[in-house]
Amino acid sequence: MYDIETYYQAVSIEDAVRALNEDERAIVISGGSDVLIQCREGRLAGCSLVSIHGIEELMGISETPDGEVIIRAATVFSHITKSPIIQRTMPMLGYAVDQVGGPQIRNIGTIGGNVCNGVTSADSASSLWALNATLELVSREGTRRVLIREFYTGAGKTVRKHDEILTAIHIAKKDYIDFGGCYIKYGKRDAMEIATLGCAAMVKLTPDKTAVEELRLAYGVAAPTPMRCVNTEAMAQGAPIHAELFERIAASAAGEVKPRTSWRASKEFRLQLVSELGKRAVKQAIINAGGKTDV
Amino acid sequence: MYKTLTMTVNGSEVSIPVDERESLADSLRNRLGLTSVKKGCEVGECGACTVLVDGEAIDSCIYLSLWAEGRRVMTVEGLKSPTGELSPIQQAFIDEAATQCGFCTPGIIMSAVEIVGTGKRYTREELRRLISGHLCRCTGYESILNAMVRIVEETCDRNAKE
Repeated sequence: MYDIETYYQAVSIEDAVRALNEDERAIVISGGSDVLIQCREGRLAGCSLVSIHGIEELMGISETPDGEVIIRAATVFSHITKSPIIQRTMPMLGYAVDQVGGPQIRNIGTIGGNVCNGVTSADSASSLWALNATLELVSREGTRRVLIREFYTGAGKTVRKHDEILTAIHIAKKDYIDFGGCYIKYGKRDAMEIATLGCAAMVKLTPDKTAVEELRLAYGVAAPTPMRCVNTEAMAQGAPIHAELFERIAASAAGEVKPRTSWRASKEFRLQLVSELGKRAVKQAIINAGGKTDV
Repeated sequence: MYKTLTMTVNGSEVSIPVDERESLADSLRNRLGLTSVKKGCEVGECGACTVLVDGEAIDSCIYLSLWAEGRRVMTVEGLKSPTGELSPIQQAFIDEAATQCGFCTPGIIMSAVEIVGTGKRYTREELRRLISGHLCRCTGYESILNAMVRIVEETCDRNAKE
């Protein structure tokens, strides 16, 4: 039996918002793969839960006529990976969420939970940062949209208010079309692991495929929140693809990140990972965008 | 608070009283006597409690019972044929000696049901990844993978003939 003080199963988004308003202690539970474990560990012992599990309007992936991809917040990781829309438009994200935990976890864990936890190690986070995702939040006051880079305020902290529900993640067509992407997770083992470092790179090439038109380089666990290396991205803009470019990206990214030492890895090791994974991810993203890296 | 949970378990509809704080693993074991569902880590890491909910493998230790309302739940007990024989998946585990102490076996078999059910011919490497949500402290996994490869190959060959 879980140490849960009160439990309410919401039947709709509106109902969940109302229930959260009525109980200022209540927290949202969706897939449960983080919340229930924290109940078990004691960190959330005696909690009040508002469950949004199984609410139909919070599940599924769709595409608007103008190419915007909408991932509803309670869509589980395995459904994102299997989605034909995701495979066609942003395979990097499908791959990234396939690195979470193990198969059973990916059948219950939701992308919205992954984002709302506000943790820097979330496998979906660096890809969503690279994709310039917009988050749709619903409260009693109505609906607002927040850019993902303005969502995180610190380790485990976000701008989501107590009575707000993350309902969907939006990715505009301009943020995935013509990009090649690559996510690399570094962990001590290949499954059931939290990232020591995560790196998502997206590259758009010039029409002749010999130079970088746009680079997006995002990291998880390289700072208290997921982050983008904006100076490195600016430096790479317009640069011809050349062995020296990868070294410059590696050095520049290491100068932008702010990793810490934790029991998983030292700051020094993480800095090395930032450079090496950045290089590898950018190279693979160039290949995925139709370019060559052996020039 | 107690609530009535109605779900389909191994093909039969059941209605049982459950505490809203209860995990599906507890309800299946304690209220329905389905003790193939093992409780190992209780934090979703070992996979011993794996059952299928609407055909998808989940860790029933981190799944609230009430979430199964109206859904189809399947455990190893549901694999038995009407005449009491083992399923081909269970037989493959026996033929490959993929079981020692047996604690992890029911969970892995349920993941195997989902994997085999896709009808895809997975490689050994892919199968290794697909059973990565299970811990086995006896076999070293090789005999389990042998059984998985065998049943995937057998099923795909049979499907190809039909």
